[in-house]
Amino acid sequence: MNNIFVYCEITEEGTIADVSLELLSKGRKLANELNIKLEAVVIGSQITDIESQLFPYGVDVIHIAQDTRLFPYTTLPHAAIVVNLFKEEKPEIALFGATSIGRDLAPRVASALKCGLTADCTSLEIGDHTENKTQTTYKNLLYQIRPAFGGNIIATIINPDTRPQMATVREGVMKKEITSKSTKGEVKVLDIEQYLSSDDDFVLEIIERHVEQQKVNIKGAQIIIAGGYGVGSKENFDLLFNLAEVIGGEVGASRAAVDAGYVEHARQIGQTGVTVRPKLYIACGISGAVQHRAGMDQSAKIISINNDPKAPINKIADYTIIGSVSDIVPKMIKYYKANSK
Amino acid sequence: MSFRIVVLAKQVPDTRNVGKDAMKADGTVNRAALPAIYNPEDLNALEMALQIKKMRNDVEVIILTMGPPRAAEIIRESIYRGADKGYLITDRKFAGSDTLATSYAISLAIKKLAPYHLVISGRQAIDGDTAQVGPQAAEKLGIPQITYAEELLEVDENHIVIKRRLERGIEVVKSPLPALITVHSSAPDCRARNAKLLMKYKHARTVTELQEETRDYTELYNKRPYLQIDEWTVADLDADVEMLGLSGSPTKVKKIENVVLQQKDSVLLTDSDKDIELLIKELLSTHIIG
Repeated sequence: MNNIFVYCEITEEGTIADVSLELLSKGRKLANELNIKLEAVVIGSQITDIESQLFPYGVDVIHIAQDTRLFPYTTLPHAAIVVNLFKEEKPEIALFGATSIGRDLAPRVASALKCGLTADCTSLEIGDHTENKTQTTYKNLLYQIRPAFGGNIIATIINPDTRPQMATVREGVMKKEITSKSTKGEVKVLDIEQYLSSDDDFVLEIIERHVEQQKVNIKGAQIIIAGGYGVGSKENFDLLFNLAEVIGGEVGASRAAVDAGYVEHARQIGQTGVTVRPKLYIACGISGAVQHRAGMDQSAKIISINNDPKAPINKIADYTIIGSVSDIVPKMIKYYKANSK
Repeated sequence: MSFRIVVLAKQVPDTRNVGKDAMKADGTVNRAALPAIYNPEDLNALEMALQIKKMRNDVEVIILTMGPPRAAEIIRESIYRGADKGYLITDRKFAGSDTLATSYAISLAIKKLAPYHLVISGRQAIDGDTAQVGPQAAEKLGIPQITYAEELLEVDENHIVIKRRLERGIEVVKSPLPALITVHSSAPDCRARNAKLLMKYKHARTVTELQEETRDYTELYNKRPYLQIDEWTVADLDADVEMLGLSGSPTKVKKIENVVLQQKDSVLLTDSDKDIELLIKELLSTHIIG
């Protein structure tokens, strides 16, 4: 009762999605702070070795519902199971990925439970709150911190009175961390007939489905060479790929570069792409609109290569090199090769 | 019975074009400088409704928008592009509503428009980017939802087939009607205004707007009653006031911080060989690369 629940998404390969493992890692820390348990909700079909996948992330209890009709994800049966499980378990906090699944499911669940939900949180913290009017103090609330207004403001949202306190978090925002080697914990198998509303839960029919494995893994990369519209061409982007190969990084891009067709959408960084936090971010020909910065400003070190000394990205860069990308990137490759062992 | 489609649309500040003029000297956003626009994905939603209208001859497209009196602009804009009618949900009691309270009000308005076949909205609004109101309204209406719609493939009296755009692929789903659809920005853009409709409806106003007008519209409206845009208040929706506004909103804003660009201690380098080599050596020595 009153624990932290994480809804776990299942990939095409039948494994738990990275975004869910990231949420479990964050959930573990919050659970420790609140001295409560971390519970995972897994809904799918023919999922194996769930225990070895989840217990290393510090999960105390796994609730698992399996049925051939439960994969691929559809809204109504997953919502019915989560809603009825939450009615029984009364979670304190419930976390979902801010993905096409989590953002479809979480609002449906929040509406049924009449509780508060905050989308796309970039940070979750525990804190107190005193209501000014009534002087009521709430202890240990979940602070749901998110950008709003196109990324121009950062809002801290709380749900003082309703439970669970629900939030979605985008992929790549939280860090995935294995906390124990233990593969022990409690597994509760749910009898789905008791959780579904009716056969009407399966009215939606999936006719066709093409979902690719994630090929590009920029959010896991420690070094990212990102290009913007200022890179100028698809050919110039090859220079960035060369640099990435030499120093061991991945290539990312701004929305403008993706829209121009220089690289595929999977590489897009920013508010409408992925959020990254590498130890080195090299921004090549990126002016640095607020939407882009929102996806990379947590990088440990930022280098900006830009023709324009006034580009907004230079303000958050540790190093700014004024000049052209096609000139500077080959020099970086040359001097890296000359100086590294 | 007509094939009724309710389109949910919202007027939003244009947060996408926060240019230099829209930034105040302290680096925060000057909201007053942002124009109010038709939420972009709601235009994709309107287009999907208008496509269905073109495919069948019994379609009625009704726009529903919630906001202050000036949001009537959304209804006029929709009618210029081919919508049949619109209702503005407006009342001070709605102020401060979060997505749960908003979806409650909207679901009551949709129920007033029953029987309907489809509810179509944009995936999300650019001022909040939550994508919550659509699924929450679907839950309150007890109907299936199809989010992230990119293409309308088939529709008949009882079913709709939609291609969805997911992060890593697509999915084609068939749902019984009525259903709620949220439309992704990758769906077709909305058609332009129709010149004839623009001429016909340019004087369409809500009661609140008519009170502001200096010109007397009485005679014109007697002749052309279709110019009247209806407003719905809390009383018209028969809503429980406790479930609206701040009291109906479980989420509270504890704190708002403006994003201010902090000038870092930035090292400025030239593109000379010497500078680049120094930089690479420093990155290597500090183990940032290598």
